[in-house]
Amino acid sequence: MATNADPLAMMALDDLRVLEIGDERGAWCGKLLADMGADVIKIEPPDGDPSRQYEPFVDDEPHHERSLFFWYYNTSKRSVVMNFDDRSNADAFLKLVESADIIFDTNTYDPVGRLGIDYHQIMSDNPGLIWCTITNFGFGSVRDDEPHTDLTLAANGGFAWMNGYDDHSLPPVRGGGQQAYHTGSNYAFMSILTALLHRDATGVGQHINVNINASVNVTTEAGSYSWLVSHSTVQRQTGRHAGVAPSMPSQIKCADGRYVNTGIPPRRPAEFGLCYDWLEAEGLLDELPEAALLQVGAELESFSLADVFRGDNEELLAIFGAGREAFDLLASKLTAYEFFTKAQNFGFQVGVIHSPEEALEDPHFVDRGMQVTVEHPELGREVIYPGAPYRLTRGSWGITRRPPLLGEHTDEVMSGL
Amino acid sequence: MPHHVKSKALSHLRICDFTGQLAGAGATKFMAAFGAEVIRIEDPSNQGRWDILRGMPPYVDDRRGNELGGPFNNHNVGKLGITLNIKTEKGRELFERLVAISDCVTENFSSGVMRSWGYDYDALKEIREDIIYVSNCGFGHSGPYEKFKTWGPIVQATSGLTMSSALPDQPPAGWGYSYMDHTGAYFMAMAIMLAIHHRNRTGEGQYVDVAATEAALTLNGPVLLDYTVNGRPLRRDGYPDANHSVSPAMAPHNIYAAKPIPGSFDEAWIAIACRNDEDWHAMRDVLVADGCDWAANDDYGQLSGRMAAQDELDERIGEWCLRRDPYQSTDLLREVGVPANPVQTPEQRIDQDVNSAEARLWPTIRQAEMGRLRVDGIPAHFTKTDWSMTRGAATLGEDNDYVYGELLGLSQDEIAGLYEEGVL
Repeated sequence: MATNADPLAMMALDDLRVLEIGDERGAWCGKLLADMGADVIKIEPPDGDPSRQYEPFVDDEPHHERSLFFWYYNTSKRSVVMNFDDRSNADAFLKLVESADIIFDTNTYDPVGRLGIDYHQIMSDNPGLIWCTITNFGFGSVRDDEPHTDLTLAANGGFAWMNGYDDHSLPPVRGGGQQAYHTGSNYAFMSILTALLHRDATGVGQHINVNINASVNVTTEAGSYSWLVSHSTVQRQTGRHAGVAPSMPSQIKCADGRYVNTGIPPRRPAEFGLCYDWLEAEGLLDELPEAALLQVGAELESFSLADVFRGDNEELLAIFGAGREAFDLLASKLTAYEFFTKAQNFGFQVGVIHSPEEALEDPHFVDRGMQVTVEHPELGREVIYPGAPYRLTRGSWGITRRPPLLGEHTDEVMSGL
Repeated sequence: MPHHVKSKALSHLRICDFTGQLAGAGATKFMAAFGAEVIRIEDPSNQGRWDILRGMPPYVDDRRGNELGGPFNNHNVGKLGITLNIKTEKGRELFERLVAISDCVTENFSSGVMRSWGYDYDALKEIREDIIYVSNCGFGHSGPYEKFKTWGPIVQATSGLTMSSALPDQPPAGWGYSYMDHTGAYFMAMAIMLAIHHRNRTGEGQYVDVAATEAALTLNGPVLLDYTVNGRPLRRDGYPDANHSVSPAMAPHNIYAAKPIPGSFDEAWIAIACRNDEDWHAMRDVLVADGCDWAANDDYGQLSGRMAAQDELDERIGEWCLRRDPYQSTDLLREVGVPANPVQTPEQRIDQDVNSAEARLWPTIRQAEMGRLRVDGIPAHFTKTDWSMTRGAATLGEDNDYVYGELLGLSQDEIAGLYEEGVL
């Protein structure tokens, strides 16, 4: 099977076997392990992982081998089907466990209870085993029995409170892409690596209890520390940081109807000068009567936003206003992409607001190899996947195989035990 | 002093750390909590203000100053702090001695800063053959945008995360904070530890290039495959639609206005998600029992019907949600197994949610000038080498005596001389 990974090259985790026992909440953790070379064996129930039924499907034809959701989160893994309701599988399961370095589970299928085996016995028989449990509120929580999804966890843990619009008649916004689950999985992978380095040094494994709600809670920046430090509460604003007090808009619509994030507009003397130069380069000086103020600003010895916001210096206010006017004028004449690249070339921290697919096709990311081709021979297709989240120069990232067919590796794995 | 962290998970590792803000500092904060000796280097010539969070609000009281910033403390818990002016000859010599006894050098400067000091990977490798050097910057250390500058919102904008967080027919709502500073730091921590495991196996060090924009790009996978396989872009009519769910398809699935809670904010919200027909049937029964006869409509009985009538459903459920505060409605729905949850405020999720205490999520640390305060903990617990946080961010040069004296063997007189020369 042709993939992007060099079959002869070493990968950082290709000395490890991992059992993945769980649902979509942990699949991202499994992909992070598998794409670094770990032999991740996904144990699926006989009717397959539920996410095999998730939209979207290849050509919109629903089928358990055509879910693009399942595909994305299960690259580089192998699939073994095992029925945990059949207690005669207990020995086979224990043999699989013996062959593994790491198990992670989302407490969905409960192999220990259903197969009638003893967790403590497993841990004492396999002293180097790392077993990571990823659950909504932590294994053993009093909230364990509550039903949840990515949306309700994002609401409970704080993501939703942070995101939305200046207009508070519009609801808070979850943020796309199941980021609550991602964040739990990110912490699971970091925790597994931490335990792995300890095991490298001592040979000792252990159990790790990862909590998705808690992961969301500590991934809200000022949302949490404003409360922890000063008992103040941030509130959502369109396209910029939620604030205890309202701040200035930072999203501008450009000539092509698309948006840029301007971060903080010109606020240092040199930046007023650059802003003037940019207007001049675009031939727009005549269209901005306030342009002369930018030259005044460029000559100032210092300029601080605190001085502006005190509001008692009209000249400073006017200079700052001229910088914002200049950005608005430039945006009205340029596409969002032009505004972004030109602003950055003048040294301004500005970002074009790409859709995900525009980002994947952006020349920078294409140049850096973010499009990775994976062959799906059953469909006679080569499929482009997003590439590496980090670039190790030794033992590096790669998709070693397309996502597995249901039970594709059951015989091969079980006969190898 | 340095043995204030109980965990032995990473206590065999030393990191020579230039990271700051959150995108870098978050990575080494995680490792410090598990016992890694993180030596954070700050420039005395500007009082460490390269890190723009130093001294920034919020504050614990009326005092202001370089050592009193809440965010800086939050992101640097458990690390040692030293001063070092790397632009001086003696500073360079000390830095190189530190590299020689470190496993890893970490930074999140703009691309090219370390190189301008003469310390690219090859130079660091000359000092220590198996050194691991991990950089983290927005667009990485190659490519057309290598020189472009970013911070969290710019990373989110250029990678697609801002755009995908929106309601239909509205501009991007984006993320109301630097999600990718947190998450970029997570990927940086992963990268550091992956490289250490590789070194443990082979003896080889290496250079790792982390670009936060690329980490961000991997967080919209199904949407991207829908484009590369089916040719369906997210930028199309009616999308993005972040509070609905098309992957997997669920309906109703939204955030609804609820009755405000007296004494709290004048707005309150509840998230509700019916995962399947069974969830809807349970919710339908709750609604019908509450006088909402419309819910018995057979058109809503199956997912396809609810997806087709989603806006109408949202409007009617929205009216029902206004009858009660979000905790009351959540109780009614949870009772019958339907996922529901209030959109919690920081106070509600931090101080009133039973899970905070269960998870021991907000440890109280002590910082030399701020005193005792709570910080973000780590959302995982280990049976044998669990994390701890007791000491806040180091004040400027707080650990100079330990690092230069005990680790590098300088005498008190030599250290005093270095202060006078502006090296420390």
